[in-house]
Amino acid sequence: MSFLDRSNTIAGPGFSRWMVPPAALCVHLCIGQAYAFSVFNLPMTKLIGISKSAPGDWNLPELGWIFSIGIFVLGFSAAIFGRWVEEGGPRRAMFTAALCWAIGFFISAFGVYIHNLWVIYFGYGLVGGCGLGIGYISPVSTLIKWFPDRPGMATGMAIMGFGGGAFIASPLSVWLMQKFSTPTHVGVAQTFIVMGAIYFVFMMVGAFIVRVPAPGWKPAGYTPPIQATKLITTNDVFVYDALKTPQFWLIWWVLCLNVTAGIGVIGQASAMSQEMFPGKVTVVAAAGFVGLMSLFNMGGRFCWASISDYIGRKNTYFVFMVLGFVLYCTVPTMGAIGSVTGFVLCFLIIISMYGGGFSTVPAYLKDMFGTRYVGAIHGWLITAWSMAGIFGPVLVNYIRQYNVTHGVPKADAYNVTMYIMAGLLVIGFICNLLVKAVDRRYHMRSETEAESSKLATAGQPA
Amino acid sequence: MANENQQGTKTWQLALAWAWVGIPLTLGVIQTLINSMKLFQ
Repeated sequence: MSFLDRSNTIAGPGFSRWMVPPAALCVHLCIGQAYAFSVFNLPMTKLIGISKSAPGDWNLPELGWIFSIGIFVLGFSAAIFGRWVEEGGPRRAMFTAALCWAIGFFISAFGVYIHNLWVIYFGYGLVGGCGLGIGYISPVSTLIKWFPDRPGMATGMAIMGFGGGAFIASPLSVWLMQKFSTPTHVGVAQTFIVMGAIYFVFMMVGAFIVRVPAPGWKPAGYTPPIQATKLITTNDVFVYDALKTPQFWLIWWVLCLNVTAGIGVIGQASAMSQEMFPGKVTVVAAAGFVGLMSLFNMGGRFCWASISDYIGRKNTYFVFMVLGFVLYCTVPTMGAIGSVTGFVLCFLIIISMYGGGFSTVPAYLKDMFGTRYVGAIHGWLITAWSMAGIFGPVLVNYIRQYNVTHGVPKADAYNVTMYIMAGLLVIGFICNLLVKAVDRRYHMRSETEAESSKLATAGQPA
Repeated sequence: MANENQQGTKTWQLALAWAWVGIPLTLGVIQTLINSMKLFQ
Protein backbone atom coordinates (compact mmCIF):
# COMPACT_ATOMS: atom_id res chain seq x y z
CA MET A 1 0.00 0.00 0.00
CA SER A 2 2.73 2.47 -0.99
CA PHE A 3 -0.06 4.74 -2.25
CA LEU A 4 -0.67 5.60 1.40
CA ASP A 5 2.94 6.48 2.23
CA ARG A 6 3.77 10.03 3.16
CA SER A 7 6.49 10.05 0.47
CA ASN A 8 3.80 9.49 -2.17
CA THR A 9 1.75 12.43 -0.99
CA ILE A 10 4.41 15.11 -1.43
CA ALA A 11 2.99 17.78 -3.71
CA GLY A 12 4.75 18.62 -6.92
CA PRO A 13 5.27 22.13 -8.23
CA GLY A 14 2.05 23.85 -9.28
CA PHE A 15 -0.15 21.98 -6.79
CA SER A 16 -2.72 24.40 -5.38
CA ARG A 17 -2.86 24.46 -1.59
CA TRP A 18 -6.59 25.22 -1.93
CA MET A 19 -7.09 21.53 -2.78
CA VAL A 20 -6.23 20.61 0.81
CA PRO A 21 -9.21 22.21 2.66
CA PRO A 22 -11.75 20.22 0.55
CA ALA A 23 -9.70 17.07 1.26
CA ALA A 24 -9.95 17.82 4.99
CA LEU A 25 -13.65 18.61 4.66
CA CYS A 26 -14.26 15.23 2.99
CA VAL A 27 -13.23 13.62 6.29
CA HIS A 28 -14.72 16.10 8.75
CA LEU A 29 -18.11 16.33 7.01
CA CYS A 30 -18.42 12.54 7.32
CA ILE A 31 -17.29 12.09 10.91
CA GLY A 32 -19.43 15.11 11.90
CA GLN A 33 -22.34 12.66 11.50
CA ALA A 34 -21.73 11.84 15.16
CA TYR A 35 -23.60 15.02 16.14
CA ALA A 36 -26.66 13.73 14.27
CA PHE A 37 -26.65 10.21 15.71
CA SER A 38 -29.68 11.09 17.85
CA VAL A 39 -31.95 10.81 14.76
CA PHE A 40 -31.53 7.03 15.09
CA ASN A 41 -32.44 6.94 18.77
CA LEU A 42 -36.23 6.92 18.45
CA PRO A 43 -36.39 4.40 15.55
CA MET A 44 -33.98 2.15 17.50
CA THR A 45 -36.41 2.05 20.42
CA LYS A 46 -38.93 0.41 18.06
CA LEU A 47 -36.88 -2.28 16.35
CA ILE A 48 -39.13 -5.07 17.72
CA GLY A 49 -42.41 -3.22 18.13
CA ILE A 50 -42.01 -1.32 14.78
CA SER A 51 -44.85 1.20 15.37
CA LYS A 52 -44.17 1.57 19.12
CA SER A 53 -41.73 0.22 21.70
CA ALA A 54 -42.37 -3.39 22.67
CA PRO A 55 -40.99 -5.44 25.59
CA GLY A 56 -37.35 -6.23 24.77
CA ASP A 57 -36.87 -3.01 22.79
CA TRP A 58 -33.99 -0.73 23.85
CA ASN A 59 -34.70 2.46 25.80
CA LEU A 60 -33.29 5.96 25.23
CA PRO A 61 -30.75 6.01 28.12
CA GLU A 62 -29.27 2.71 26.84
CA LEU A 63 -29.04 4.15 23.32
CA GLY A 64 -27.54 7.42 24.61
CA TRP A 65 -24.41 5.47 25.52
CA ILE A 66 -23.61 4.85 21.84
CA PHE A 67 -22.84 8.55 21.26
CA SER A 68 -21.12 8.94 24.64
CA ILE A 69 -18.77 6.00 23.99
CA GLY A 70 -18.04 7.34 20.49
CA ILE A 71 -17.04 10.80 21.81
CA PHE A 72 -15.04 9.29 24.67
CA VAL A 73 -13.12 7.00 22.28
CA LEU A 74 -12.64 9.96 19.92
CA GLY A 75 -10.60 11.80 22.56
CA PHE A 76 -8.50 8.86 23.62
CA SER A 77 -7.85 7.46 20.13
CA ALA A 78 -6.75 10.93 18.99
CA ALA A 79 -4.28 10.93 21.89
CA ILE A 80 -3.04 7.37 21.39
CA PHE A 81 -2.75 7.45 17.58
CA GLY A 82 -1.65 11.12 17.31
CA ARG A 83 2.04 10.39 16.84
CA TRP A 84 1.33 7.60 14.34
CA VAL A 85 -0.93 9.98 12.37
CA GLU A 86 1.83 12.62 12.36
CA GLU A 87 4.55 10.26 11.21
CA GLY A 88 2.45 8.15 8.80
CA GLY A 89 1.10 11.16 6.94
CA PRO A 90 -2.43 12.40 6.26
CA ARG A 91 -3.37 9.92 3.52
CA ARG A 92 -2.68 6.84 5.62
CA ALA A 93 -4.58 8.44 8.52
CA MET A 94 -7.56 9.41 6.36
CA PHE A 95 -7.71 5.93 4.84
CA THR A 96 -7.62 4.33 8.32
CA ALA A 97 -10.28 6.73 9.57
CA ALA A 98 -12.50 5.92 6.57
CA LEU A 99 -12.04 2.20 7.17
CA CYS A 100 -12.84 2.43 10.91
CA TRP A 101 -15.80 4.74 10.32
CA ALA A 102 -17.35 2.54 7.62
CA ILE A 103 -16.67 -0.72 9.49
CA GLY A 104 -18.20 0.88 12.60
CA PHE A 105 -21.43 1.41 10.65
CA PHE A 106 -21.37 -2.12 9.20
CA ILE A 107 -20.84 -3.72 12.64
CA SER A 108 -23.65 -1.56 14.02
CA ALA A 109 -25.94 -2.71 11.20
CA PHE A 110 -25.15 -6.29 12.23
CA GLY A 111 -25.87 -5.33 15.86
CA VAL A 112 -29.29 -3.99 14.83
CA TYR A 113 -29.95 -7.11 12.75
CA ILE A 114 -29.24 -9.51 15.66
CA HIS A 115 -30.64 -6.96 18.17
CA ASN A 116 -27.56 -6.84 20.38
CA LEU A 117 -26.71 -3.41 21.80
CA TRP A 118 -23.21 -4.45 22.87
CA VAL A 119 -22.32 -5.08 19.23
CA ILE A 120 -23.39 -1.49 18.46
CA TYR A 121 -21.38 -0.13 21.42
CA PHE A 122 -18.41 -1.98 19.96
CA GLY A 123 -19.11 -1.04 16.33
CA TYR A 124 -20.13 2.62 16.42
CA GLY A 125 -18.67 3.43 19.83
CA LEU A 126 -15.28 1.75 19.76
CA VAL A 127 -14.38 1.08 16.09
CA GLY A 128 -16.25 4.13 14.78
CA GLY A 129 -14.88 6.18 17.70
CA CYS A 130 -11.32 5.36 16.55
CA GLY A 131 -12.33 6.58 13.08
CA LEU A 132 -13.61 9.77 14.71
CA GLY A 133 -10.40 10.39 16.63
CA ILE A 134 -7.97 9.57 13.79
CA GLY A 135 -10.11 11.41 11.25
CA TYR A 136 -10.46 14.49 13.44
CA ILE A 137 -6.71 15.09 13.75
CA SER A 138 -5.65 13.67 10.35
CA PRO A 139 -5.66 16.93 8.33
CA VAL A 140 -4.69 19.38 11.11
CA SER A 141 -0.91 19.55 10.79
CA THR A 142 -1.08 19.25 6.99
CA LEU A 143 -3.35 22.30 6.81
CA ILE A 144 -1.09 24.25 9.16
CA LYS A 145 1.93 23.43 6.96
CA TRP A 146 0.09 24.51 3.79
CA PHE A 147 -1.21 27.72 5.36
CA PRO A 148 1.59 29.05 7.61
CA ASP A 149 0.27 32.54 6.87
CA ARG A 150 -3.33 31.74 7.91
CA PRO A 151 -3.24 28.63 10.17
CA GLY A 152 -6.37 29.61 12.10
CA MET A 153 -8.47 30.02 8.98
CA ALA A 154 -7.20 26.74 7.50
CA THR A 155 -7.91 24.56 10.53
CA GLY A 156 -11.12 26.51 11.16
CA MET A 157 -12.35 25.46 7.73
CA ALA A 158 -11.78 21.75 8.44
CA ILE A 159 -13.18 21.80 11.96
CA MET A 160 -16.18 23.77 10.65
CA GLY A 161 -16.84 20.63 8.59
CA PHE A 162 -17.19 18.58 11.76
CA GLY A 163 -19.89 21.00 12.92
CA GLY A 164 -21.55 20.91 9.49
CA GLY A 165 -21.55 17.13 9.10
CA ALA A 166 -24.78 16.83 11.05
CA PHE A 167 -26.59 19.08 8.55
CA ILE A 168 -25.96 16.49 5.86
CA ALA A 169 -26.28 13.36 8.00
CA SER A 170 -29.56 14.28 9.67
CA PRO A 171 -31.77 14.65 6.53
CA LEU A 172 -29.88 11.84 4.77
CA SER A 173 -30.52 9.40 7.64
CA VAL A 174 -34.21 10.30 7.85
CA TRP A 175 -34.61 9.95 4.06
CA LEU A 176 -32.84 6.58 3.97
CA MET A 177 -34.85 5.21 6.89
CA GLN A 178 -38.06 6.25 5.09
CA LYS A 179 -36.88 4.47 1.92
CA PHE A 180 -35.95 1.24 3.71
CA SER A 181 -38.75 1.00 6.26
CA THR A 182 -41.37 -1.67 5.66
CA PRO A 183 -44.24 -2.95 7.83
CA THR A 184 -41.79 -5.53 9.25
CA HIS A 185 -38.73 -3.36 10.03
CA VAL A 186 -37.79 0.30 10.55
CA GLY A 187 -34.85 0.32 8.09
CA VAL A 188 -32.07 1.26 10.53
CA ALA A 189 -29.73 -1.61 9.61
CA GLN A 190 -29.98 -0.91 5.87
CA THR A 191 -29.46 2.81 6.52
CA PHE A 192 -26.28 2.06 8.49
CA ILE A 193 -24.93 -0.07 5.61
CA VAL A 194 -25.64 2.57 2.96
CA MET A 195 -24.24 5.39 5.12
CA GLY A 196 -21.10 3.40 5.88
CA ALA A 197 -20.54 2.83 2.15
CA ILE A 198 -21.24 6.49 1.23
CA TYR A 199 -18.93 7.78 3.95
CA PHE A 200 -16.14 5.42 2.91
CA VAL A 201 -16.24 6.67 -0.69
CA PHE A 202 -16.52 10.32 0.39
CA MET A 203 -13.58 10.06 2.80
CA MET A 204 -11.44 8.19 0.27
CA VAL A 205 -11.83 11.12 -2.13
CA GLY A 206 -10.24 13.24 0.59
CA ALA A 207 -7.45 10.69 1.09
CA PHE A 208 -6.83 10.68 -2.66
CA ILE A 209 -6.54 14.45 -3.14
CA VAL A 210 -4.63 15.32 0.04
CA ARG A 211 -0.96 16.29 -0.36
CA VAL A 212 1.77 17.41 2.00
CA PRO A 213 3.98 20.33 0.97
CA ALA A 214 7.52 19.59 -0.24
CA PRO A 215 10.22 20.33 2.38
CA GLY A 216 11.02 24.02 2.39
CA TRP A 217 7.85 24.99 0.51
CA LYS A 218 6.25 28.29 1.44
CA PRO A 219 3.37 30.26 -0.05
CA ALA A 220 4.27 32.87 -2.68
CA GLY A 221 5.07 36.21 -1.04
CA TYR A 222 5.22 34.73 2.48
CA THR A 223 8.34 35.26 4.58
CA PRO A 224 8.42 33.04 7.64
CA PRO A 225 9.41 34.90 10.82
CA ILE A 226 13.09 34.28 11.64
CA GLN A 227 12.79 35.38 15.27
CA ALA A 228 10.13 33.99 17.55
CA THR A 229 7.64 36.54 18.85
CA LYS A 230 6.41 36.56 22.44
CA LEU A 231 3.82 33.82 21.90
CA ILE A 232 4.69 32.36 18.49
CA THR A 233 7.64 30.01 18.49
CA THR A 234 9.88 29.18 15.53
CA ASN A 235 11.00 25.97 17.28
CA ASP A 236 9.35 22.57 17.55
CA VAL A 237 8.55 20.61 20.70
CA PHE A 238 8.38 16.79 20.67
CA VAL A 239 4.91 15.46 21.47
CA TYR A 240 5.80 13.80 24.79
CA ASP A 241 7.89 16.80 25.87
CA ALA A 242 4.90 19.05 25.17
CA LEU A 243 2.90 17.03 27.71
CA LYS A 244 5.49 17.96 30.36
CA THR A 245 5.02 21.70 29.86
CA PRO A 246 2.62 23.79 31.97
CA GLN A 247 1.50 25.49 28.73
CA PHE A 248 -0.05 22.26 27.43
CA TRP A 249 -2.08 21.73 30.59
CA LEU A 250 -3.11 25.37 30.82
CA ILE A 251 -4.45 25.22 27.25
CA TRP A 252 -6.03 21.83 28.11
CA TRP A 253 -7.98 23.51 30.91
CA VAL A 254 -8.85 26.53 28.74
CA LEU A 255 -10.39 24.18 26.14
CA CYS A 256 -12.02 21.94 28.73
CA LEU A 257 -13.69 24.86 30.54
CA ASN A 258 -14.79 26.57 27.32
CA VAL A 259 -16.29 23.32 26.03
CA THR A 260 -17.88 22.45 29.39
CA ALA A 261 -19.67 25.81 29.41
CA GLY A 262 -20.96 25.31 25.85
CA ILE A 263 -21.72 21.59 25.78
CA GLY A 264 -23.85 21.85 28.90
CA VAL A 265 -26.35 24.13 27.21
CA ILE A 266 -26.33 22.47 23.77
CA GLY A 267 -28.10 19.36 25.02
CA GLN A 268 -30.56 21.38 27.11
CA ALA A 269 -31.23 24.28 24.73
CA SER A 270 -34.65 23.09 23.65
CA ALA A 271 -35.95 22.34 27.16
CA MET A 272 -34.28 25.44 28.61
CA SER A 273 -35.89 27.83 26.12
CA GLN A 274 -39.34 26.33 26.74
CA GLU A 275 -39.03 26.30 30.53
CA MET A 276 -37.57 29.80 30.80
CA PHE A 277 -40.26 31.24 28.53
CA PRO A 278 -43.38 29.12 29.18
CA GLY A 279 -46.09 29.91 26.63
CA LYS A 280 -43.77 32.09 24.55
CA VAL A 281 -41.47 29.41 23.08
CA THR A 282 -43.31 26.41 21.62
CA VAL A 283 -41.82 22.97 20.90
CA VAL A 284 -41.56 23.83 17.19
CA ALA A 285 -39.89 27.19 17.90
CA ALA A 286 -37.45 25.48 20.29
CA ALA A 287 -36.48 23.05 17.51
CA GLY A 288 -35.82 26.08 15.30
CA PHE A 289 -33.65 27.55 18.06
CA VAL A 290 -31.61 24.33 18.24
CA GLY A 291 -31.12 24.42 14.45
CA LEU A 292 -30.00 28.06 14.59
CA MET A 293 -27.55 27.18 17.37
CA SER A 294 -25.97 24.44 15.26
CA LEU A 295 -25.53 26.94 12.40
CA PHE A 296 -23.77 29.37 14.75
CA ASN A 297 -21.68 26.50 16.15
CA MET A 298 -20.48 25.77 12.62
CA GLY A 299 -20.05 29.40 11.55
CA GLY A 300 -18.19 30.22 14.77
CA ARG A 301 -15.63 27.54 14.01
CA PHE A 302 -14.60 29.27 10.81
CA CYS A 303 -15.06 32.91 11.84
CA TRP A 304 -13.36 32.87 15.26
CA ALA A 305 -10.39 30.79 14.02
CA SER A 306 -9.95 33.21 11.09
CA ILE A 307 -10.16 36.22 13.43
CA SER A 308 -7.47 34.61 15.62
CA ASP A 309 -5.00 34.97 12.71
CA TYR A 310 -5.30 38.74 13.17
CA ILE A 311 -5.80 39.28 16.91
CA GLY A 312 -3.75 36.29 18.17
CA ARG A 313 -4.83 33.03 19.81
CA LYS A 314 -4.47 34.15 23.41
CA ASN A 315 -6.56 37.27 22.77
CA THR A 316 -9.22 35.20 21.00
CA TYR A 317 -9.59 33.00 24.10
CA PHE A 318 -9.71 36.14 26.25
CA VAL A 319 -12.69 37.26 24.13
CA PHE A 320 -14.35 33.83 24.63
CA MET A 321 -13.87 33.99 28.40
CA VAL A 322 -14.82 37.66 28.97
CA LEU A 323 -17.69 37.84 26.49
CA GLY A 324 -18.90 34.39 27.58
CA PHE A 325 -18.88 35.51 31.24
CA VAL A 326 -20.94 38.61 30.43
CA LEU A 327 -23.42 36.64 28.30
CA TYR A 328 -23.93 33.81 30.84
CA CYS A 329 -24.56 36.43 33.53
CA THR A 330 -27.04 38.19 31.22
CA VAL A 331 -29.16 35.09 30.47
CA PRO A 332 -31.02 35.07 33.85
CA THR A 333 -31.88 38.76 33.35
CA MET A 334 -33.24 37.99 29.88
CA GLY A 335 -35.38 35.28 31.45
CA ALA A 336 -36.59 37.65 34.18
CA ILE A 337 -37.62 40.41 31.74
CA GLY A 338 -39.06 37.84 29.30
CA SER A 339 -36.85 38.83 26.37
CA VAL A 340 -36.77 35.83 24.02
CA THR A 341 -34.72 37.80 21.46
CA GLY A 342 -32.09 38.70 24.07
CA PHE A 343 -31.98 35.08 25.28
CA VAL A 344 -31.56 33.71 21.74
CA LEU A 345 -28.85 36.28 20.89
CA CYS A 346 -26.89 35.46 24.05
CA PHE A 347 -26.88 31.74 23.29
CA LEU A 348 -26.09 32.16 19.61
CA ILE A 349 -22.94 34.13 20.48
CA ILE A 350 -22.05 31.66 23.28
CA ILE A 351 -22.40 28.71 20.92
CA SER A 352 -20.32 30.41 18.21
CA MET A 353 -17.55 30.73 20.82
CA TYR A 354 -17.97 27.08 21.81
CA GLY A 355 -17.26 26.14 18.18
CA GLY A 356 -14.52 28.73 17.96
CA GLY A 357 -12.77 27.15 20.93
CA PHE A 358 -12.36 23.89 19.02
CA SER A 359 -11.15 25.45 15.80
CA THR A 360 -8.73 28.00 17.27
CA VAL A 361 -6.88 25.52 19.48
CA PRO A 362 -4.78 23.76 16.76
CA ALA A 363 -3.30 27.13 15.75
CA TYR A 364 -2.74 27.99 19.45
CA LEU A 365 -0.77 24.73 19.82
CA LYS A 366 1.18 25.48 16.65
CA ASP A 367 2.10 28.91 18.07
CA MET A 368 3.30 27.34 21.34
CA PHE A 369 4.88 24.05 20.19
CA GLY A 370 5.71 24.51 16.49
CA THR A 371 4.32 22.64 13.49
CA ARG A 372 6.27 19.36 13.58
CA TYR A 373 4.16 17.46 16.13
CA VAL A 374 1.16 19.76 16.30
CA GLY A 375 -1.25 17.03 15.10
CA ALA A 376 -0.10 14.59 17.77
CA ILE A 377 -0.17 17.26 20.51
CA HIS A 378 -3.66 18.25 19.33
CA GLY A 379 -4.64 14.60 19.67
CA TRP A 380 -3.70 14.63 23.35
CA LEU A 381 -5.51 17.92 23.89
CA ILE A 382 -8.74 16.43 22.54
CA THR A 383 -9.01 14.45 25.80
CA ALA A 384 -10.19 17.79 27.26
CA TRP A 385 -13.24 17.46 25.04
CA SER A 386 -13.95 13.94 26.32
CA MET A 387 -13.80 15.21 29.91
CA ALA A 388 -15.95 18.24 29.12
CA GLY A 389 -18.49 15.91 27.52
CA ILE A 390 -19.01 14.42 30.98
CA PHE A 391 -18.73 17.63 33.10
CA GLY A 392 -21.01 19.88 31.02
CA PRO A 393 -24.24 17.88 30.78
CA VAL A 394 -23.83 16.62 34.37
CA LEU A 395 -23.53 20.19 35.68
CA VAL A 396 -26.59 21.45 33.81
CA ASN A 397 -28.82 18.41 34.43
CA TYR A 398 -28.04 17.82 38.09
CA ILE A 399 -28.11 21.47 39.17
CA ARG A 400 -31.44 21.98 37.39
CA GLN A 401 -32.84 18.82 39.00
CA TYR A 402 -31.57 19.89 42.44
CA ASN A 403 -33.23 23.31 42.08
CA VAL A 404 -36.54 21.89 40.85
CA THR A 405 -36.72 19.32 43.69
CA HIS A 406 -35.99 22.14 46.18
CA GLY A 407 -38.97 24.18 45.02
CA VAL A 408 -37.31 26.60 42.60
CA PRO A 409 -39.74 27.45 39.73
CA LYS A 410 -38.76 25.81 36.43
CA ALA A 411 -38.31 29.24 34.79
CA ASP A 412 -35.58 30.12 37.33
CA ALA A 413 -34.02 26.66 37.69
CA TYR A 414 -31.24 27.35 35.18
CA ASN A 415 -30.04 30.62 36.77
CA VAL A 416 -27.55 28.98 39.16
CA THR A 417 -26.18 26.90 36.28
CA MET A 418 -25.61 30.05 34.22
CA TYR A 419 -23.62 31.65 37.07
CA ILE A 420 -21.58 28.43 37.52
CA MET A 421 -20.78 28.41 33.79
CA ALA A 422 -19.71 32.06 34.08
CA GLY A 423 -17.50 31.04 37.03
CA LEU A 424 -15.87 28.29 34.94
CA LEU A 425 -15.00 30.90 32.35
CA VAL A 426 -13.28 33.03 35.03
CA ILE A 427 -11.04 30.02 35.80
CA GLY A 428 -10.48 29.60 32.05
CA PHE A 429 -9.51 33.28 31.84
CA ILE A 430 -6.89 32.81 34.57
CA CYS A 431 -5.47 29.68 32.87
CA ASN A 432 -5.24 31.57 29.57
CA LEU A 433 -3.58 34.50 31.32
CA LEU A 434 -0.88 32.17 32.69
CA VAL A 435 0.09 30.87 29.22
CA LYS A 436 3.62 32.08 28.44
CA ALA A 437 6.19 31.02 25.84
CA VAL A 438 7.49 27.43 26.24
CA ASP A 439 10.85 27.17 28.00
CA ARG A 440 13.81 26.63 25.65
CA ARG A 441 14.78 23.35 27.30
CA TYR A 442 11.69 21.70 25.75
CA HIS A 443 12.61 22.73 22.19
CA MET A 444 13.73 20.01 19.79
CA ARG A 445 17.29 20.61 18.74
CA SER A 446 17.91 21.26 15.07
CA GLU A 447 20.06 18.69 13.22
CA THR A 448 22.98 21.14 13.07
CA GLU A 449 22.82 21.79 16.81
CA ALA A 450 22.62 18.07 17.56
CA GLU A 451 25.59 17.40 15.28
CA SER A 452 27.80 20.08 16.87
CA SER A 453 26.81 18.91 20.36
CA LYS A 454 27.80 15.34 19.39
CA LEU A 455 31.16 16.58 18.07
CA ALA A 456 31.77 18.59 21.24
CA THR A 457 31.03 15.54 23.38
CA ALA A 458 33.35 13.37 21.24
CA GLY A 459 36.16 15.93 21.67
CA GLN A 460 35.93 15.92 25.45
CA PRO A 461 38.37 13.75 27.44
CA ALA A 462 36.81 10.62 28.87
CA MET B 1 1.90 8.27 -8.30
CA ALA B 2 5.06 10.33 -8.57
CA ASN B 3 4.00 11.47 -12.06
CA GLU B 4 0.59 12.39 -10.79
CA ASN B 5 2.12 14.51 -8.03
CA GLN B 6 4.23 16.37 -10.56
CA GLN B 7 1.17 17.71 -12.37
CA GLY B 8 -0.08 21.15 -11.38
CA THR B 9 -3.66 21.69 -10.20
CA LYS B 10 -6.10 22.63 -12.92
CA THR B 11 -8.97 25.04 -12.28
CA TRP B 12 -11.58 22.38 -13.01
CA GLN B 13 -10.00 20.06 -10.42
CA LEU B 14 -10.18 22.81 -7.83
CA ALA B 15 -13.81 23.58 -8.74
CA LEU B 16 -14.73 19.90 -8.61
CA ALA B 17 -13.08 19.38 -5.21
CA TRP B 18 -14.90 22.36 -3.70
CA ALA B 19 -18.21 21.36 -5.33
CA TRP B 20 -17.83 17.81 -3.93
CA VAL B 21 -17.87 19.16 -0.36
CA GLY B 22 -19.63 22.48 -0.94
CA ILE B 23 -22.86 21.23 -2.54
CA PRO B 24 -23.93 18.78 0.20
CA LEU B 25 -22.89 21.23 2.90
CA THR B 26 -24.84 24.11 1.32
CA LEU B 27 -27.94 21.93 0.89
CA GLY B 28 -27.70 20.88 4.54
CA VAL B 29 -27.26 24.47 5.72
CA ILE B 30 -30.26 25.67 3.64
CA GLN B 31 -32.41 22.85 5.06
CA THR B 32 -31.37 23.72 8.62
CA LEU B 33 -31.98 27.44 7.98
CA ILE B 34 -35.51 26.69 6.73
CA ASN B 35 -36.21 24.63 9.86
CA SER B 36 -34.70 27.35 12.07
CA MET B 37 -37.16 29.93 10.69
CA LYS B 38 -39.85 28.22 12.79
CA LEU B 39 -38.36 30.10 15.76
CA PHE B 40 -39.59 33.37 14.30
CA GLN B 41 -43.08 32.15 13.30
